[in-house]
Amino acid sequence: MRENFLVVENVSKSFGGVKAISNVSFSLSGNSLLGIIGPNGAGKTTLINIITGFIKPDSGRVIFKGDDITGLPGYKIAEKGIARTFQIVRPFLHLPAYKNLIIPLYSKRVKSFRGGRFGDRDTVAIDLLEEVGFERDSSVPYKSASSLPHGYLKRLELARCLALQPELLILDELFSGMSMSEVAATVPIIEKLKAEGLTLIMIEHRLRELFRIADKVIVLNFGEKIAEGKPSEVIENELVKVAYLGAESA
Amino acid sequence: MIRKERIDRGIKVRSDDIYAISSYREILYLLLPRVIPVLCLLLLPTLLGSYYERVIIISCLMGLLALSWDLLASIGLFSLGQAFFFGVGGYASGFFSYQLGLPVPYSIVLGTVSGALVCTLLLAPVLRLKGVYFSIVTLAFPLFFVRIIESTKILGGTEGITGISPIGNSWIELYIPIFVFLFSLFGLRRLINSDYGIVLQAIRDNDRAVISSGINVYAYKLECTFIVSLLSCFSGAFMTHIYQAVGLSAFALDYSLLPLTSAVLGGVGTFAGPAIGTFILVPLSEFLRVFGTLRVVFYSVILFLCIVLLPEGIFPFLKRKYHQIERFVEV
Amino acid sequence: MLTGIIVYGLVNSSILLLVALGFCLTFGVSRIANFAHGAIYILFGYLMWIFLNWLKIPFLFAILLTLVLSGIFGYVAYYVAVRRVRGIVLSEVVSTFALGVGILEFFRWMGFVTYEFSLPPIKKGSLYILGFPIDYQRLIIILAAIGLVAFLYFFTHYTKLGLSFRAIAQNERTAIALGIDADRVAALSVAFGSAFASVASILVLPLGIISINSGYEALLIAIAVGIVGGLESIPGMILASLVLGFVQIVVGVYVSSAWVMVVYLLAIIVILVVMPSGLLGKFKELEERV
Ligand SMILES: Nc1ncnc2c1ncn2[C@@H]1O[C@H](COP(=O)(O)OP(=O)(O)OP(=O)(O)O)[C@@H](O)[C@H]1O
Ligand SMILES: [Mg+2]
Repeated sequence: MRENFLVVENVSKSFGGVKAISNVSFSLSGNSLLGIIGPNGAGKTTLINIITGFIKPDSGRVIFKGDDITGLPGYKIAEKGIARTFQIVRPFLHLPAYKNLIIPLYSKRVKSFRGGRFGDRDTVAIDLLEEVGFERDSSVPYKSASSLPHGYLKRLELARCLALQPELLILDELFSGMSMSEVAATVPIIEKLKAEGLTLIMIEHRLRELFRIADKVIVLNFGEKIAEGKPSEVIENELVKVAYLGAESA
Repeated sequence: MIRKERIDRGIKVRSDDIYAISSYREILYLLLPRVIPVLCLLLLPTLLGSYYERVIIISCLMGLLALSWDLLASIGLFSLGQAFFFGVGGYASGFFSYQLGLPVPYSIVLGTVSGALVCTLLLAPVLRLKGVYFSIVTLAFPLFFVRIIESTKILGGTEGITGISPIGNSWIELYIPIFVFLFSLFGLRRLINSDYGIVLQAIRDNDRAVISSGINVYAYKLECTFIVSLLSCFSGAFMTHIYQAVGLSAFALDYSLLPLTSAVLGGVGTFAGPAIGTFILVPLSEFLRVFGTLRVVFYSVILFLCIVLLPEGIFPFLKRKYHQIERFVEV
Repeated sequence: MLTGIIVYGLVNSSILLLVALGFCLTFGVSRIANFAHGAIYILFGYLMWIFLNWLKIPFLFAILLTLVLSGIFGYVAYYVAVRRVRGIVLSEVVSTFALGVGILEFFRWMGFVTYEFSLPPIKKGSLYILGFPIDYQRLIIILAAIGLVAFLYFFTHYTKLGLSFRAIAQNERTAIALGIDADRVAALSVAFGSAFASVASILVLPLGIISINSGYEALLIAIAVGIVGGLESIPGMILASLVLGFVQIVVGVYVSSAWVMVVYLLAIIVILVVMPSGLLGKFKELEERV
């Protein structure tokens, strides 16, 4: 299954008159890191929403590990092992940070074996938070999510996804809103996840960090895929320069 | 200069963890607020006499409505029509008792369960709705039933069903509601703090993140609605046998407004709050009986003032005060 | 028979539209579901009655007074009932609902429930259309419905206030960033909504007596038209009023008048289940509802 781990075939979606995604195809091999970039409104989030079952595409298919998952309900797709973060952080504000992780830990996918970890769900939750950089012996993991700063919320999102023991992890602009030092601390976490065998898709506006860790990059503009290739190739692509950086810098 | 100082006792925090309680004093401290109300509820009716017995029975049954309202609110479904569940339960047990002639225990149990199934089934298609849209539907449902019964003349039409057999034993009549109420109160408080309850609360906060955590939100909503329907339908079913009649008034606005007001007055999402709320409002409305329909105006005024001015509710306020020490210090 | 159905269907649809317009305007602009809408409708019916019968104010002046007072009422109601709980959906609904129930049940308790409580029509008498009798009041209702929709259209497209209404409706944050005072606009939207309700009550209530229950019914009408039409789109509301209005008349004629009320309730439930965005609603709302 290393080759066609995730295949997106001719997917299109329009909202009223807006063609948010038109005829996008790509494929992703296992244990690689795909970057998706593109200017605001290019349709990146919409593409993720289609893959994760939050939006049904008008046409096209999404195939995960050989199974057609197009149009499956979101929770089924998550059960199959695709986890995602949200661009606009959506923590459970009324709960303490560590209780936020109870929800994925309570899902069918990991409920019985807790993702192969030891201890009750609360302990597993604290472990996971430590992995994404919450200070274990401080009060931070016990604080209400509504009182955490934005950088922590982003990492809480990441931990919520990791709790699901995903095979494919999709990060929608994880770095935006993080401070420089937080980004610097998070990049190794992502590299470690990949080293452990995870497949990742990252949507990023911080190209410098993304290009350092991505194996492949695809570029969206106005819902169309305009380029695909290694970071070094994409960076040289004229179309990308025009779309992404604006006409004058091309 | 003298300043008031507030210190947290810290027992709450410790008791939530393993290395909790160190002395009898602390055990008492935690136990008393739970034990005293329970004892009061069990002993007061025999002390106060039969008029208050009635009030306590009704308070418990209305309390069930308020508790179930709160459970529904815990997953983000705000009902403006608790009377719907109440009425369906009431009519169901009336039907089993009067039209099929079943004995009282059976008609209550069957009425509760079948009523709950009917309610869950009818609400199933609208559970996906969010925010005001769910409230709108729940507002429409009781009215809808009233109109259907009026125009088809089934189940006694506008007259309702009368001559339903009474419960018979006054001890059972008193203590079953009390026990069911206490059991639900403590059961629900436990449920909402369990991992299952955490998931429910998360659904209220943000259902998309719950979905992407691999949880079937719809199934949870369905389960929750069934529990809610069971509690409320029991309340209606029992009430039918107490009044020995059930009519269109079972769908009346009172039964939607009272649980809502109790919950908002007592503190939404705490279960203890709505319970306290009902035990304030039901006796109050007994005193207000002389004012006739002005009662509903009182409810709405209380509801309005609470929601606008005291969004926190009584219970969270009391709890905070109980866990704090206040003293005056020299500055 | 057919002419009858068409004429009365039109009248009924216009009534629905008039009653619903205010509710939908408020919701469309500021996302406030004003559950006191039905109560406002009845409140100003009674106030009009009091002006005419107790205070003996001349008819036209009483209308003017009612309109102005209802606008002021809505404006104040926003600051009293909604402002402090703005953004918390439950609280907005509950506080306006409590306000509405309080008003209606207060009038019930005051005993405003007898036959003497009815408003005079604007013009008495009737005329024949295609050999079918129709009184002036119903004719005025049809014209008023058309007029109000036209007014709303011009208002939201050509006046500064109307344009800021639309700006807030489309994107509140951007509108605030552009210097539109969201609170004031929201208060004005409630004010306009309640003024529209009083217009409806002056026009529609003379057809019968003023009753408490029609206050609750008015709220349901408003909700039904709004939900079926997909809220915030005027063509959707017109379509919804026409559909509901005609279905009701047909049901009333061929089935039984007892089932007329069931039509709204069924419409609300069925539309929300089958077509959550309403007949002409936009996609944007779908995510919000489901
Ligand atoms: N639910 C929706 N309803 C209507 N239009 C939508 C919806 N979701 C997205 N769109 C539109 O689709 C287009 C693509 O949006 P999308 O959020 O996918 O962009 P994006 O690439 O993620 O942008 P950003 O970098 O700002 O996150 C935009 O024009 C947006 O307005
Ligand atoms: Mg995006």
